[in-house]
Amino acid sequence: MTGTELLAGASPSVQALAVIGIVLLEAIALYVGYGAIEEAVGSTVLDRLANRR
Amino acid sequence: MIESILATELLGLGPEIFGLFIVFGFMVGVFFGFFGMGGAFLVTPALLILGYPAPVAIGSSMTFVFGTAAIATMKHHDAGQVDYKLGALMFVGIIVGIELGSRLVFGLEVLGIANVVVGVAYVLLLAAIGVLFTRSALNTEDDDAGTDGNGNDGDGDDEVPAIARKIQSYEIPPMMTLADGSRASLWTISGVGGGVGLVSGFLGVGGGFVRMPAIYYVIGTSLAAAVGTSLFGGLMSGAIGAFTYGRAGVIDLGIVTALLVGSALGARIGSSATAYVDEDDVTIYFGLMLLVASVAVGIGELASWLSMPILDRLSFVLLVGSALFVCTVILYHGALAVRRTRGVPGSAGHGD
Repeated sequence: MTGTELLAGASPSVQALAVIGIVLLEAIALYVGYGAIEEAVGSTVLDRLANRR
Repeated sequence: MIESILATELLGLGPEIFGLFIVFGFMVGVFFGFFGMGGAFLVTPALLILGYPAPVAIGSSMTFVFGTAAIATMKHHDAGQVDYKLGALMFVGIIVGIELGSRLVFGLEVLGIANVVVGVAYVLLLAAIGVLFTRSALNTEDDDAGTDGNGNDGDGDDEVPAIARKIQSYEIPPMMTLADGSRASLWTISGVGGGVGLVSGFLGVGGGFVRMPAIYYVIGTSLAAAVGTSLFGGLMSGAIGAFTYGRAGVIDLGIVTALLVGSALGARIGSSATAYVDEDDVTIYFGLMLLVASVAVGIGELASWLSMPILDRLSFVLLVGSALFVCTVILYHGALAVRRTRGVPGSAGHGD
């Protein structure tokens, strides 16, 4: 899947910008999502890591 | 049930290969987060060896670099470790350098020696940077041993390497003030940007493995700022690469997405590890990994010249194996440092 299927018929530049936009949105979603997970379980994981000797 | 899961395709990829890319992306993400480099020079050869055509491998790799650099830049931005002004000033030089580098390749292609020259240059450059990192790590260990107990010379400003302080001492106007308050000549910044761009355009790589050491050793920022600013540069270079290859319709979004899912987690762990792990503990391994990578790329070049696929596999194993080893070392030292700093109440480790 190249992402260009989503905007078939659009100019190559628009398709390329759409791909960049999709990847940027994925990056932001992953950053926010993993950030929320880190917030929720981060200190628990670090404490587990610290105490398991 | 399992058969139906295995038959499912995720963005055009089977679940096994999607999972493999997530794991690989995690490893690359740890490098990106910790060192601010290590994307394209690992991903592109891996995709080529997995049988993807060169344009798909390079285009997907550069798009992945864009995505993972965006994530890692956001993380380093939160820690105040990105010098946007420096990144923007360098970028102008990078654009010019990329153009010159690609023209140089086309010129060599006319002479029929492009592949040989580019291959040899890649191997030598990786080896040179590997030696630089390894020597720097060994010298730091010697300095630590020599000054143990009474050494206070340069204790406050040893974040900036001596060679960078020497370069900063030549005040060639216009001088620019960096985010950390230090000053660097615009000529130095443009020269570094142009040099990095030249290497990127010439070798067809993202250039992070040149960009980060160049910012650190030549412009003279702290290592943390060099990593953050290099990532910002990677974001901009990756965007240009993604646009160029996106126009040709050769980016595989399935590969990029799977790599990003892994690298987003890896980059988070890698950049968090910088707060706990003493870089000196790991830098030597990274230097050695670059040396092994140069050998691996050399073997890869030999494989294509001699038409021996077995050498291609050896190259792949060396490249991924050494990267996996250094990734494990970072995670191991991170875990040890967390135990040291959080395990015993009142103890203070060497992390910030």
